[in-house]
Amino acid sequence: MARLILIAAIVVVAGAVRAQPPPTSQPAPPAGDADRGKTLFARNGCYQCHNYEGQGGAAGPRIAPNPLPFRGFTAYVRAPRGDMPPYTVKVMSDQDLADVHAYLRSRARPRDVSTNPLLSR
Amino acid sequence: MNRRGFLKRASLAGAAALAPPAGVEPQSPAPRAAAPATPIMSAAAETSPPPDVEILTTDRTGSDFMVDVLKSIGLDYICANPGSSFRGIHESVINYGGNTQPELLTCCHEESSVAMGHGYAKVEGKPLGVFAHGTVGLQHAAMAIYNAWCDRVPVYIMLGNQLDATMRRPGAEWAHSVQDAAAMVRDFTKWDDAPISLPHFAESAVRAYKIAMTPPMAPVVLVLNAELQEQPLAADARVAIPKLAIPSPPEGDSRAVAEAARLLVAAEHPVIVADRLARTPAGMAHLVELAEALQAGVVSQSGRMNFPTRHPLNLSQARAIADADVILALEVGDLWGVLNTFRDQLHRSTRANVKPGTKIISITSGDLYVKANYQDFQRFAEVDLPIAADGEATLPALVDAVRRATNADRKRVFESRGAKLAEASRAALERARLEASYAWDASPVTTARLCAELWGQIRNEDWTLVNGTGGWAQRLWNFDKPYQWNGGSGGAGVGYGAPAAVGAALAHKRHGRLAVNIQADGDLMYAPGVLWTAAHHRIPLLSVMHNNRAYHQELMHVQKMCNRHSRGIERGRIGSELVDPPIDYAKVAQGLGLHAEGPITDPNEVGPAIARAMASVKRGEPALVDVVCQPR
Repeated sequence: MARLILIAAIVVVAGAVRAQPPPTSQPAPPAGDADRGKTLFARNGCYQCHNYEGQGGAAGPRIAPNPLPFRGFTAYVRAPRGDMPPYTVKVMSDQDLADVHAYLRSRARPRDVSTNPLLSR
Repeated sequence: MNRRGFLKRASLAGAAALAPPAGVEPQSPAPRAAAPATPIMSAAAETSPPPDVEILTTDRTGSDFMVDVLKSIGLDYICANPGSSFRGIHESVINYGGNTQPELLTCCHEESSVAMGHGYAKVEGKPLGVFAHGTVGLQHAAMAIYNAWCDRVPVYIMLGNQLDATMRRPGAEWAHSVQDAAAMVRDFTKWDDAPISLPHFAESAVRAYKIAMTPPMAPVVLVLNAELQEQPLAADARVAIPKLAIPSPPEGDSRAVAEAARLLVAAEHPVIVADRLARTPAGMAHLVELAEALQAGVVSQSGRMNFPTRHPLNLSQARAIADADVILALEVGDLWGVLNTFRDQLHRSTRANVKPGTKIISITSGDLYVKANYQDFQRFAEVDLPIAADGEATLPALVDAVRRATNADRKRVFESRGAKLAEASRAALERARLEASYAWDASPVTTARLCAELWGQIRNEDWTLVNGTGGWAQRLWNFDKPYQWNGGSGGAGVGYGAPAAVGAALAHKRHGRLAVNIQADGDLMYAPGVLWTAAHHRIPLLSVMHNNRAYHQELMHVQKMCNRHSRGIERGRIGSELVDPPIDYAKVAQGLGLHAEGPITDPNEVGPAIARAMASVKRGEPALVDVVCQPR
């Protein structure tokens, strides 16, 4: 099972890389509410693969604090190329996704690994 | 005395022992008349002088001889939840056998008994024994037997049963008896027998051990007839115990091995994929030799401790097979799954992970023994050079063949390749450390932080990870000894982790190693009584909970269905979460006799709690730290 998850994770990463957005000549994305995005991220099951901070894990790649640009992010969430479950407009509106996107962008960047004694040996 | 003669006399002795006292109806199939005047257990019978002719005791029984046989094959332990159908041999083990080699371990569930054997065998390199009822006990044990079967691990299972219907006590003994006890698990055991005499038992017991220990290894079953266990045995009775000799494991055909070496040496991007390869401590050393002779990258799957995690040729994190021109698969359980990606969407699809023309070499004993019903053999993989043989046993010959086929030009190519792979391996470790640092201070605790904190506490000990989930330990820790990882469940049957960890810790105990278990919460709830077994038998084991308060794998599956149908994506947790109330695993463990702390939600408290638990473990006791974690 763990092997399947790893393979799925690889596929999701590959899909995410391919899902880069088209050049910007489109309407600006809706402004996002990070607090509301945090609630949606947990309530709608995003955390299940990406964990609560979007830091990724065994079942899904890291998507915070620098998610794909919003258009590409939305395109991928609506029609994932890998194993990720699709989120249609019926269950998450564009505004919902904008809020989640804002939440992911708001996540803290990690401190320098070399200063963390538990990660430097 | 020949065996037939012995049996005849033993049978006569048994008949004498069972001769009914005066006034008691004989046990016979003859038509019954009125009820006996004096019931066997009546107050009158209890208080009256015993009849002169009735023999109620014996100095030696068939089950004593069975214990002699079990000692001869070298069973050190027997795990059992007690059951009347094997009461005879139970008593023989603890009294006649002195409760040593084998020693009886008290278990609270037959699934725990078998899974303990599963974890133990992968460390010790040999099985332990399990006693269980042939009916209700085996039904409890079945899932754990299936896991061991899928994982190619020997477990020596002995089932009590009362075959003779006229000898059964009324009531439960009938419900606990069966015509063909082993039938229920025959699809996922390698061999079974139901001996009808002690010489038959002796031969089958030795045969069963030999079969279980010959690759591909697997569980075996012996049915111990209750009559055979409890029949009196003459004091001077002698029954031969056959000599046990374990067959050497099958080594690959020399021409096929030479061809494999030729392909590998000629390859520009060879990759070695190893899964259930290392059966013994020598397995890892052989694989290191092969990888270094070729300067080939190694992708070690989680089946066994195949390859050091920080070896410069370890590409397990990169899983880089896309550019491979030759892949050597060593005891890979799911080769198709390595070579292909399966997309689990509404319309299922697949795509190849390797480029066209990639040559596939497979060495596996799995090709030597397959059954039909259960589908653990996985999807059919196209292989160019299949070698039906034991992977570990074949490696020395393959290393020699590779060295013979390597000239100076190829050696220079290999060295150049090795330098690039070393850089990729180093970069993978740095990437893992960086990834682990995200959400470092989050609560619930990240699984990366959990593993980093644990590593910080154990890294200077003689440690071994006997069970775990998620993969962060393999990414962050320096596994460089052949006993530091014990593989997974094999059949993905949940409930394996805790008992297998206790069994593995039992095997590590005599080596004085610190056995560490990263324990999933859902897994522990199947049979938490195994923690009591660890406490009762003083089996030192450090369990740190990866408590995500859910059967999370299944939660993700249900979420996928919710999304697919676009109805109620917020309801995916129903039926899979373990909340309301959250389970207090520290209290559960304390109640079972362990030092335990938690639930811990502050990541800064994890390290100190582990340190305190380690103090208990170093005193020879199990301990548990419950950490509330992020999902994966």
